[in-house]
Amino acid sequence: MMIEVEIDQCVGGGQCVMAAPDVFDQDDDGLVVVLDENPGPDRADDVALAARLCPARAIRLAGT
Amino acid sequence: MTAALRRVVIAGAGAAGLTAAESLRADGFDGELTLLGAEPHRPYDRPPLSKQLLAGAWAPDRLELLAGHRYDELGIDWRPSSAATSVSVPDRTVRVAGADLPYDALLVATGVRPRTLPGTAGLAGVHVLRTLDDTVAFQAAARSTGRVVVVGAGFLGAETAATLRGLDVAVTLVDPAPAPLLRQVGPVVAGLLARLHAEHGVDLRLGTGVAGLTSDDGRVTGVRLADGTIVPTTCVLVAIGSVPATDWLAGSGLDLADGVGCDARCRAAPGVFAAGDVARWFHRGRGESVRIEHRTNATEQAMAVSRAMLGADDPYQPVPYVWSDQYDVKLQVYGRLTGTDRFTVVSGSPDDGRFVALYGSDGRVTGALGWRSARELLRARAMVAEAAPWPDAAPA
Ligand SMILES: Cc1cc2nc3c(=O)[nH]c(=O)nc-3n(C[C@H](O)[C@H](O)[C@H](O)COP(=O)(O)OP(=O)(O)OC[C@H]3O[C@@H](n4cnc5c(N)ncnc54)[C@H](O)[C@@H]3O)c2cc1C
Ligand code: SF4
Repeated sequence: MMIEVEIDQCVGGGQCVMAAPDVFDQDDDGLVVVLDENPGPDRADDVALAARLCPARAIRLAGT
Repeated sequence: MTAALRRVVIAGAGAAGLTAAESLRADGFDGELTLLGAEPHRPYDRPPLSKQLLAGAWAPDRLELLAGHRYDELGIDWRPSSAATSVSVPDRTVRVAGADLPYDALLVATGVRPRTLPGTAGLAGVHVLRTLDDTVAFQAAARSTGRVVVVGAGFLGAETAATLRGLDVAVTLVDPAPAPLLRQVGPVVAGLLARLHAEHGVDLRLGTGVAGLTSDDGRVTGVRLADGTIVPTTCVLVAIGSVPATDWLAGSGLDLADGVGCDARCRAAPGVFAAGDVARWFHRGRGESVRIEHRTNATEQAMAVSRAMLGADDPYQPVPYVWSDQYDVKLQVYGRLTGTDRFTVVSGSPDDGRFVALYGSDGRVTGALGWRSARELLRARAMVAEAAPWPDAAPA
């Protein structure tokens, strides 16, 4: 699973960080920072949840 | 209950309706899934309407919530321009285009519609901003006249004023309250917002309501304020709040006092659920019924409804979250700021243009606001989630 983010779409609420704190972080302006662009299959559920929770739909999972 | 769930109908193809459809599939529902939308467009996101779309920074297709090919892949029968017109709760059917569509579970996710000024129906030059079509029409009018009066300085009015200033459109912002967003964010932050808008050249007419509009030959010519002043304009944006889109449910027997009334699990009646702007539900944590018009609530509540339809039994009790972009300021809010009597800045300072403030009542933290402080705010969120005791060291 590859994670892509549209950084200029991010609204900085951090819903992704709450869903998968080992995969997403935020910079000082709140913009998403991907800590792990290619997380293992055991992280798939939380990452998919983060993508669905993101109010800006800024997180894309490759293949979807 | 799961065994009996074969047909789900979702009325309203916005953020809540679409998220519910996607979540049902992600949660393993493999029955029939119908998504009824009143609009002709594929489900799109609303927050960018008053931001990137109005600013001309994004094209409309950038707002689409789900790529076109995904509907078939996920088996979502999305029907455009198909407003539900009534429901029979005992028969479990929804009426659409003159036919009765049977359901095992129905989600009401029809959102809200803008409140209008009395007596202005059909008057040319008077706009609201809720849909893509509204935004495209308003943007064209604002750009061509170059002078707009925005009635209402809540989230929508204040944000639209800021975006219009970025387009070099002259803006008058009118509200009976003495500062923008006063009710939503309290006097300190509202005062900062008033200064911010004034610095960007917005003509603020605060503390005075609108008495009516002046018009000539079916076209608006100005806004008459309560103090008698007339502000001339050919383009008015009315941003005075919204009403839940429940008229189609009249006579259904559902509780429609303010949106669709639901229990703690977002259930309005047997087989009927509600989510998003239209839903009022009993929030266990708060001990009261709430209805929240925020983008993240639409998503989170839709996900909760998907689980509830599939048999889960957890109460839905989120920490509400909303943001607003005005000029280079991003405001973000967790929890409840209204009805509070305590306020304190806990990081940064208003003079530095970056801060986090806590709001509280009854000795507890109820909400937190960040002003260009996204990261610090996330730390304060925990205090809101726990309803932490009001920090002693902090001044009341
Ligand atoms: C301009 C603007 C800016 C915003 N900015 C922010 C922001 O910065 N931050 C934030 O948190 N929130 C913001 N919001 C609020 C946020 O967009 C809403 O909370 C969110 O869209 C609610 O989603 P929903 O699915 O409940 O309702 P909606 O998005 O309104 O979707 C409901 C859909 O149902 C359709 N419908 C209505 N009646 C029927 C019927 N009878 N049958 C079938 N379909 C029907 C409607 O046409 C609509 O498409 C903004 C809203 C607007 C309008
Ligand atoms: S949830 Fe989405 S919008 Fe929010 S910080 Fe993460 S990527 Fe950005």
